Amino acid sequence: MYKMDKGEPFWWGMFSVGGVVAALLVPVHIFLDGLAVPIGLLRADALSYERMLALVGHPLFKVYLFVLVVLPLYHAAHRIRFSLYDLGVKEFRISMDALCYGGALVGTGVVAYVLWGLL
Amino acid sequence: MSESEPEYPYKAYRRPMPATWWLRNRKYFLFMMRELSSVFVALFVLLYLYAFFLLSKGPVVYGEFQKSLRSGGFIAFYVVALLFAVYHSCTWFRLTAKIQVVRLGRWTVPGSLVTAGAFMGWIVASAAVVYFLAM
Repeated sequence: MYKMDKGEPFWWGMFSVGGVVAALLVPVHIFLDGLAVPIGLLRADALSYERMLALVGHPLFKVYLFVLVVLPLYHAAHRIRFSLYDLGVKEFRISMDALCYGGALVGTGVVAYVLWGLL
Repeated sequence: MSESEPEYPYKAYRRPMPATWWLRNRKYFLFMMRELSSVFVALFVLLYLYAFFLLSKGPVVYGEFQKSLRSGGFIAFYVVALLFAVYHSCTWFRLTAKIQVVRLGRWTVPGSLVTAGAFMGWIVASAAVVYFLAM
């Protein structure tokens, strides 16, 4: 008989909040950090070492950065998982769930380490 | 049959599907591009985190990295990533009204208004980020 996977609602929830964060905040960050400063639309010191260090020194900004980086990883893990199924990729020896969501969990650990361990 | 698929008490016919099915028409292609957008979003946030990681290596290393972001390869990546990210935002906000029906008392807010609200939220959030990071 069909058995419901109890973890599924959690991963769907993470996919959903990650999608909201990605939709609301990622385009403007790509534009500001990747394009506006390098092509000269914004003053060059907008991303300077001193400015960014001061910014990341603020605990609220760290929380913001954590949310901005971590949640889209879960969003991507979920979409990659289902896209691989859609492309006909069968399970590997390690399950696809473990690979995709495991990747997002490892990513969460790395982000936490960088933000609270190094900075 | 893969392990993660549910086991039904009957045998279902499984139509063979080539891996290139999404190239057959525009809608399938756009669906796959929407899924692919998440990869570019993930690559960007990791790169964004990497820039912050480099802060811990001192001003010289960080400065070199910022300089390298002006290279053609990085700019091309950011242009492509921006297109994918905007595509994700548009498809996501257009879906909002279908997923979330908003009711105020006995009045059901029209879907078009919910969608418009989601797009307004996007504009406000983007403006707030520009204000805090760039001003």
